[in-house]
Amino acid sequence: MSDMLAPDDSPKPAEATHWDSYPRFLMRAISAATDGSFLFYAWMTGLTAVFLVGVNAWAHQVTSGMIHTHMTDHVSWGLYIANFTFMVGVAAGGVMMVIPAYLYKDKRMQDVVIIGELLAIAAIVACLMFVVADLGRPDRGWHMLPGLGRFNFPISMLTWDVLVLNGYLLLNLHVVGYLLYTRFLGKKPNPKWYKPFILISIVWAISIHTVTAFLYSGLGGRPFWNSALLAPRFLTSAFVSGPAFILLTMVVLKRFGKVNVPEGPMNTLVKIIRVTILINLLMIISELFTEFYAGGAHTSSARYLFFGHGEANALVPWIWTAIIFNVVAALVFLKPQLVQNTRLLVVACVLAFTGMWIEKGMGLIVPGFVPSTLHEYVEYVPSHLEWRVAAGVIAFGLLVYSAGIKIAIPILRGEMRFRQPAEKAATD
Amino acid sequence: MSENSTAETKSGLSRRRLVKGLGATLGVTAFGAALSPLFGGPKVSADELMQRHYKELSPEDKKKVLERLQAEAKKSYGADVEIGDHRPTPNTKFVYAINLSICNGNGNCVEACHRENNHDRASKESYIRVLEMPKGTMDMEKGSTTYTGTVPAKDKFYLPVQCQQCDEPPCVDVCPVQATWKEQDGIVVVDYNWCIGCRYCMAACPYHARRFNWQKPDVPTLEINKKQSYLSNRIRPQGVVEKCHFCLHRTREGRLPACLEACPTGARVFGNILAPKSNIRWILENKRVYVLKEELGTKPSFFYFFDK
Repeated sequence: MSDMLAPDDSPKPAEATHWDSYPRFLMRAISAATDGSFLFYAWMTGLTAVFLVGVNAWAHQVTSGMIHTHMTDHVSWGLYIANFTFMVGVAAGGVMMVIPAYLYKDKRMQDVVIIGELLAIAAIVACLMFVVADLGRPDRGWHMLPGLGRFNFPISMLTWDVLVLNGYLLLNLHVVGYLLYTRFLGKKPNPKWYKPFILISIVWAISIHTVTAFLYSGLGGRPFWNSALLAPRFLTSAFVSGPAFILLTMVVLKRFGKVNVPEGPMNTLVKIIRVTILINLLMIISELFTEFYAGGAHTSSARYLFFGHGEANALVPWIWTAIIFNVVAALVFLKPQLVQNTRLLVVACVLAFTGMWIEKGMGLIVPGFVPSTLHEYVEYVPSHLEWRVAAGVIAFGLLVYSAGIKIAIPILRGEMRFRQPAEKAATD
Repeated sequence: MSENSTAETKSGLSRRRLVKGLGATLGVTAFGAALSPLFGGPKVSADELMQRHYKELSPEDKKKVLERLQAEAKKSYGADVEIGDHRPTPNTKFVYAINLSICNGNGNCVEACHRENNHDRASKESYIRVLEMPKGTMDMEKGSTTYTGTVPAKDKFYLPVQCQQCDEPPCVDVCPVQATWKEQDGIVVVDYNWCIGCRYCMAACPYHARRFNWQKPDVPTLEINKKQSYLSNRIRPQGVVEKCHFCLHRTREGRLPACLEACPTGARVFGNILAPKSNIRWILENKRVYVLKEELGTKPSFFYFFDK
């Protein structure tokens, strides 16, 4: 990105080159990300502490083996892959700001769309970390590098997922980086350099969650996942959890960051969730109807999930909590002018987000393995170590997200510029 | 960086910078401390780390790798093992069949596999699981792998399941790094030194055939089966997937799989389906055989039949 400048026109005598301004941009960004109020410091330090606990737990796992997780040959994926799946949705959900902003040319949404793009970046970073945490041999990660290793493309859906996730990360990094940098220079962004990438990123956002669903729905031996409805279900829930998290961010920014978030975009997001959360419920009902009305052996996972199997019923309270959260949130979102009642909005968003986290996380991954392919009921409850690693990854994602927002705000407000000294940005 | 001139702001800035520097140092130190278990654990040698995929190894490379693996086994397990590299014989396609009328669920095959293949002792791992099924159903939901007591129990039959060596193996398709593949003689193998441990193959397999090394396998020195092969029963590293390989270190030498030799009932039949006079061929031609989960289209090379 550093040599995008055409060197021919130089109206001012000492036009700075990107070699000057880009390092300055990075320095100022780091400075902005590490300056702030006491509350901001407390938040970032807390997140760092949790992240370090996770790093330590992961180091133990790599050294002594995954025996300290509660995964088994029967339930061979657990909390990590559950969170990975859910976080792909959160990343894709960011697109629900990009679509109104650029396809419907909503000017006010364009002002805040960066929150969605930053969320996508942070969530993808977390996704990739969850995948690495799940590997038995992270030291052999290079076997996946095209050229160096043996990348089983296009047959393995996992290779597709590696490509789309990294591609989505790069797209968003480019768009966010370009827009912030040009604003930092005090220039008008050139649509040529970001509009096409935004349009690609919209399609790409759909692709990341579709491919992630195909990871599971393509497995004939796992009837619980082997459903054509899985990809659409993933997408609708992504379009609940992503916007819900963005709404929560906006409330926090208003309350603690003294940022004036316009009501228009918030209303748009509420309207989006109002629809997507109902579509998601409809899809769950369709899935359950098909499972239970016809009956037979392929319903055993769903039966285990919702009603348990004899003594084995670890997921029953878990999934009903999710259903209740989703239904209550759906009802609250029906209320018009929800945005005005901040407290209710927060409750609704937290319920919707948590509900989706359960339903599209553990509620989706674990029953795929219970009963096993030889119909044995071996249950899974994450170990303490798994919770620590997962918390560490999420903390790191939140660190990336918080730092990104902290950098973006002064730049978008025009307080952080290359030309005029704007030291007051540091006080915010 | 600062264009500010007042002394007060300058000292404020430098103090802030000092605090940030301290914070950063502290953070990096804490990060190093958090990662420290990595440095105390088992060492991965540079040769092991850089080892190429099995199919890319030249004969000289292979020789070096096998020697290294033998030295590693000596160091970790104190045993003088002999690791070979058994290749498929042309015009061979191995097929297995089990006579469910005879199998009585004694479990000797499970135990023989456990010993032959140097499985982890603590977890009693084996590539074979036997389901005790009530007569009158083929629904595995009604079976049990944890049966106890005298066998055969009244009104039960027994269904041993291991890798079905599918001709359309879903596990091979899903592997992101081609660490598992189907060889010419029909055996699906794993390069234990190439597998990254993502366990996608375990999710894909419809027969619960794959196992993961959740920790370094524990096998007492005296119990180690020293006759080993790269793609079969050598002691697996921690963090990789393994599976039944039809005892290729035996069968590719013209011997029979350990599970078959251990079977006291004669229920197990193994052989080369391309050999016109083989037992296995006679069975497939004359018995009404079936395969597990035929509807999934995996095309197993593992057949079951009843003869009364």
